[in-house]
Amino acid sequence: MNDTLLWLIPTLPFAGFLINGTIGRKFPRALVSTVALLFTLVPALIVLKLWVYMKSAGAPDHFTLTGAPWIAISGYQVNFAFAIDHLTLIMLGVVTGVGFLIHVYSVGYMAEEEGYWRFFAYLNLFMFFMLVLVLAASFQLLFVGWEGVGLASYLLIGFYFRRDSAANAGKKAFIVNRIGDFGFLLAMFLLIAHFGSLDFANVFGQVNALPHGLTGGFLTAICLLLFVGAAGKSAQIPLYIWLPDAMEGPTPVSALIHAATMVTAGVYMVARCHVLFDRSPSALAVVAIIGCATAFFAATIGCVQHDIKRVLAYSTVSQLGYMFLACGVAAYSAGIFHLMTHAFFKALLFLAAGSVIHALSGEQDMRVMGGLRKRIPITFWTMTAAVFAIAGVPPFAGFFSKDEILYRTFMQGGALGYTLWAIGLLTAGITSFYMFRLWFKTFFGEPRFDEAALAHGHGAHATYQQPDEDLASVHARRESHATMVAEPEHDKGQAAHPHGVHESPWVMTVPLIILGILSVIGGWVGISAALGGHNEFEHFLEPVFAGIGGAVALPEASRGLELGLAAISVLVALLGLFIAYAFYYRKPGTAATLAERYKPLYNLLDHKYWVDEIYGRLIVSPILMLSRIVLGGLVDGLVVQGTAATLAGGTRGLGWLARRMQSGNIRSYAGWLAFGAAVVIAIVLFVVHPVHANTVVINTR
Amino acid sequence: MVPTAYYLILAAVLFSIGVCAFLIKRNVITIFMSIELMLNAVNLSFVAFAHMWHRIEGQIFVFFVMVVAAAEAAVGLAIIIALFRARQTLNVDQVNLMKD
Repeated sequence: MNDTLLWLIPTLPFAGFLINGTIGRKFPRALVSTVALLFTLVPALIVLKLWVYMKSAGAPDHFTLTGAPWIAISGYQVNFAFAIDHLTLIMLGVVTGVGFLIHVYSVGYMAEEEGYWRFFAYLNLFMFFMLVLVLAASFQLLFVGWEGVGLASYLLIGFYFRRDSAANAGKKAFIVNRIGDFGFLLAMFLLIAHFGSLDFANVFGQVNALPHGLTGGFLTAICLLLFVGAAGKSAQIPLYIWLPDAMEGPTPVSALIHAATMVTAGVYMVARCHVLFDRSPSALAVVAIIGCATAFFAATIGCVQHDIKRVLAYSTVSQLGYMFLACGVAAYSAGIFHLMTHAFFKALLFLAAGSVIHALSGEQDMRVMGGLRKRIPITFWTMTAAVFAIAGVPPFAGFFSKDEILYRTFMQGGALGYTLWAIGLLTAGITSFYMFRLWFKTFFGEPRFDEAALAHGHGAHATYQQPDEDLASVHARRESHATMVAEPEHDKGQAAHPHGVHESPWVMTVPLIILGILSVIGGWVGISAALGGHNEFEHFLEPVFAGIGGAVALPEASRGLELGLAAISVLVALLGLFIAYAFYYRKPGTAATLAERYKPLYNLLDHKYWVDEIYGRLIVSPILMLSRIVLGGLVDGLVVQGTAATLAGGTRGLGWLARRMQSGNIRSYAGWLAFGAAVVIAIVLFVVHPVHANTVVINTR
Repeated sequence: MVPTAYYLILAAVLFSIGVCAFLIKRNVITIFMSIELMLNAVNLSFVAFAHMWHRIEGQIFVFFVMVVAAAEAAVGLAIIIALFRARQTLNVDQVNLMKD
């Protein structure tokens, strides 16, 4: 394998960013998209070549590319180095493959938008940093990618920066991520302090060389701090709040960054550092509990959202929780497996949702959708594949990965294992429910949108034909909402070109179809033995996760158990489907009635457990107060401005005094002259050469 | 023999009178004369010291001062005449064009 080719994987998207970002403004749109697509397609092809090479007989399990020195100070050197193993390979495949498809889709989706060149430049920048992140051979380089994708995410969330809510959502994402990054930085400092290196191979080698029984201690601290970083990036409790607001960005961005790739960076990082996490059972338990709790809470919130993208956002948070649950029970390959299938079906869900929004000229509220099944058939069928995949219905992709996670959780045993499994199973049911709710509300029933308004270009949101539930009161609430909660508006550009309900152009539907196929068959690479497969996926990752308790072949006896558990989770998924069918298809009013009956619970979910408000009260307001009083008032007002004001005032006062002397009056000048002379004489006489009576002898003869 | 201190006291008194006159008087010519008075007070002290130490340098310095004072008087008087022609006054308080 040619090294130069491998270096090209991340640098080509960066070149695309430079080209489009600097001179792209002058380009015609076709050229902008050509550059952007070309500079992502080539890395995807190189990854394909790399994949073939790594699968070929005799290829090494992993290898390292070392480039120029980056930081070199006495006794400590960091190179630009990439490490490639099977885990990296899977991530590379997901990032470049799904990334390229989303680039293609964006060409259609963003066709009418302002800032076309800017969008593609940012998208390529994101690809660059994401590829650096997954290729990095050391924590520092990983951190560069880590921060870079955060930057790209910020830029793209705030893509419609003229809209306050989008700009605020971008800032929120960035700030919340900073909290996580702080943990990551502390973890790196601890690593340097203990191992004197941040190189993956070096650190993990040293950890492996530690005595076998040594666990916990500073390793737990490092792992927990790393997990803080992962929780920020991957939107886990308590730092998940930025992801739903991140839906302010254009839909392809939500698909690429906030579903398929960037938010999974935390999972990747935890899997990459599995050597550390394996040494700390308590940290693993924390990861599992947080993941499971996030999965559950986000799923419950997802049940009552009305914005199609918000449902998917909470669903993403929830699925990321599953991945962390898998990591927490040391089933890293299951977590990465779910990461991959999730990248397929969640990217597809977002893209299909984008296609729906596109069809409805910018409408995102599911309450004014419905009956779209026949109108946009390709979107409908691809989305159906994705919905079945995420709901965990066999033989779609999500079933195998989710089932693997639940099975591994169950096998961990103990009170904790069984509890996590039960919650995970419940969450699977809820997931199935809210995804089919979305499906039924969007594609079935009577159309609830105003066709005439769409067709004649009076704006998508002008009138509601039949607002169901308590639409009016919800909107009233939206008006009075706290500023912290950014409610989504429509993609501005999508609303700008209203025409009738229509299927999307082929550049959008082709990626949908490819991802749809992947959502169906993507899980087949990891069918476990109990279900009649060989679990190639896990064997493929074995070199990376070798020596981990969960990764070895499980005994034959557990096959029956695994089949039973799989049957249970399928039943739960079907139950969710049935409930959604009953609520939203057969008797559409049921959900509203239930919401009315259990008003407090509904309100709790509708307000997302008031987490944004609680954070606003407990954290944001005190910090704002502190900033205003201590930093703004005391430091800025007194110290910073005070110093400047004192200096300026003092200078002015001196100037005022000095100006008195420049009266223009000759005699006053003379007076000053005499005064000055007298002072000089006095100084010479009394200070420089003090007068002593016996040293001055004046001859009096 | 008059003690040197007496010369010095006289010089100091003359100098002080010169300074005071310089500060108080408004007429340019009077001011000019007070400058001359100060110069001559200094000359007196030079001569006194030269006499006291029996050295010639002090006396020579006095000649220098006289020459410079003569030159200065020539220039100064020319300026005063020019000033009077331009402003029809010799009052320094009214010659304050630069200040305004």
